[in-house]
Amino acid sequence: MKRKCDRCARPATHHSVEIIQGKKIEKHLCDEHASEEGLAIKSIHTPINELLTNFVKIHSSGEADQPTPGGVCEGCGLTFAQFRKDSLLGCPDCYKAFEQPLSTLLERAHEGGTHHIGKVPRRAGAGEQRQAMLMRMRKQLNAAVVGEDYELAARLRDDIHRFEEESS
Amino acid sequence: MSLHNYTDHAGEWLRGTGPHSDIVISSRVRLARNIAGFPFVAKSSRRQRHEVLAACKERIVSDRLAPNILWVDLTQSPALDRQLLVERHLISRQHAKARDDAPRAVAVGSDETFAIMVNEEDHLRMQVMRSGLQLSEAFDQINRIDDILEDHIDYAYARRFGYLTACPTNVGTGLRVSVMLHLPALKITGEIDKVRRAARDMHLAVRGLFGEGSDALGDLYQISNQTTLGKAEEEVLADFQNTIVPQIIAYEQQARQALMRHREAEFDDKLWRAWALLTHARVMGGEEVLSLLSHLRLAVNLGRVNRTDIRTINELFLLTQSGHLQKISGCEMDAPTRRAARARLLRQRLGGDAEHS
Repeated sequence: MKRKCDRCARPATHHSVEIIQGKKIEKHLCDEHASEEGLAIKSIHTPINELLTNFVKIHSSGEADQPTPGGVCEGCGLTFAQFRKDSLLGCPDCYKAFEQPLSTLLERAHEGGTHHIGKVPRRAGAGEQRQAMLMRMRKQLNAAVVGEDYELAARLRDDIHRFEEESS
Repeated sequence: MSLHNYTDHAGEWLRGTGPHSDIVISSRVRLARNIAGFPFVAKSSRRQRHEVLAACKERIVSDRLAPNILWVDLTQSPALDRQLLVERHLISRQHAKARDDAPRAVAVGSDETFAIMVNEEDHLRMQVMRSGLQLSEAFDQINRIDDILEDHIDYAYARRFGYLTACPTNVGTGLRVSVMLHLPALKITGEIDKVRRAARDMHLAVRGLFGEGSDALGDLYQISNQTTLGKAEEEVLADFQNTIVPQIIAYEQQARQALMRHREAEFDDKLWRAWALLTHARVMGGEEVLSLLSHLRLAVNLGRVNRTDIRTINELFLLTQSGHLQKISGCEMDAPTRRAARARLLRQRLGGDAEHS
């Protein structure tokens, strides 16, 4: 059911039913009249999906002639343009590769939050080096499988397994 | 333990017990985690997804985590099983609907209080659900599970951004806290829009029964945090437990009182009509049943109708859904057959008029 605003011809977006002294008072108002009435507060925050799309729009305008605006992640080959399209990053390295453009987006999406506060994995100390090492080894493994060098692949798989067990 | 045990009862989170369970149906916390050294799921090759799946299975299906964990390989499971899991809130719609051959799974704890999706948007999406308002209990449990998995899995983590996730809206703690609230009186009085707007201003998401994009069928609303970066887990939990949820509960209670004071006859009529239809109808639609059950739940909570109890009603919210109905009857049914079966199940469970069944 599409209702018009009580005060103008625009569609009503705010509906309220109040019961005052046993009488039911219904109000149907558009955004503008609702905020005039004090029924609605002009929203400061927009939902995140909208934010992402808007962000993407802002940052994609006028950059069309650059081959890869925002750069490429060396870890997985994702371009910033692809991220804009799907709102999904490709790998942990993307956070480093796109740190700058991401910062603005993160700040808006997380109520101004720019740095992590909270739980830290117990093994986080040496973590980032270990992660980089694992990423490298798994990439080599992938290349070995694609190149059908199964001997090398088997060796790498053992190495990865040993490396993982070292810390456990 | 198999999916067949799932058809005659609801999960632990629908028990209808726990603090404030008249309004708070359930509390849920979930953590998003990724394994270091792999691309995120969408960018992973088939082989990498299989590797992640195998590594996670080895770590998850162990007695250290919990006894009798059910591991469901979704690549091989029939569509009806996946629908059952969605209805029970054990997997997301996205996880159910992914390409049939996409390597992915879910691990479910024996009482269904926890579930871990593997290879959804992130390598690991783990959740704990509890009946009523029990967020800190739920968080303690998920935190323990996370600690145990972390002993053997290197998580993708960076000092500045915290736990790294495929979508930057989850980065940081990877924590999503949500409560499912039954707000029929706010809906009847039209005040629910105010709650929605207030929630949005507090940077919270309001969704329907089945999460993103679903309508608030049965007057059930899920409210969840959207901020995961720059806010500690405890802070998010405390906001929900001490401020957000108690406030909405108070609004709903006021609306219930106002309805009883000012519109008693019409209100009672609405509640009893729900009872009458649920116990006598011969054909019942999937959306209609949710709205009638909502009114019956309200009636029982307010003591206006005392011919059934909350637990039975909570269970019916689940068992009358299409996947469950078909699983109960043991065969696939077309829509008209389902509507008749739904009405029959309601009459059986609510002790209604059973003739011609």
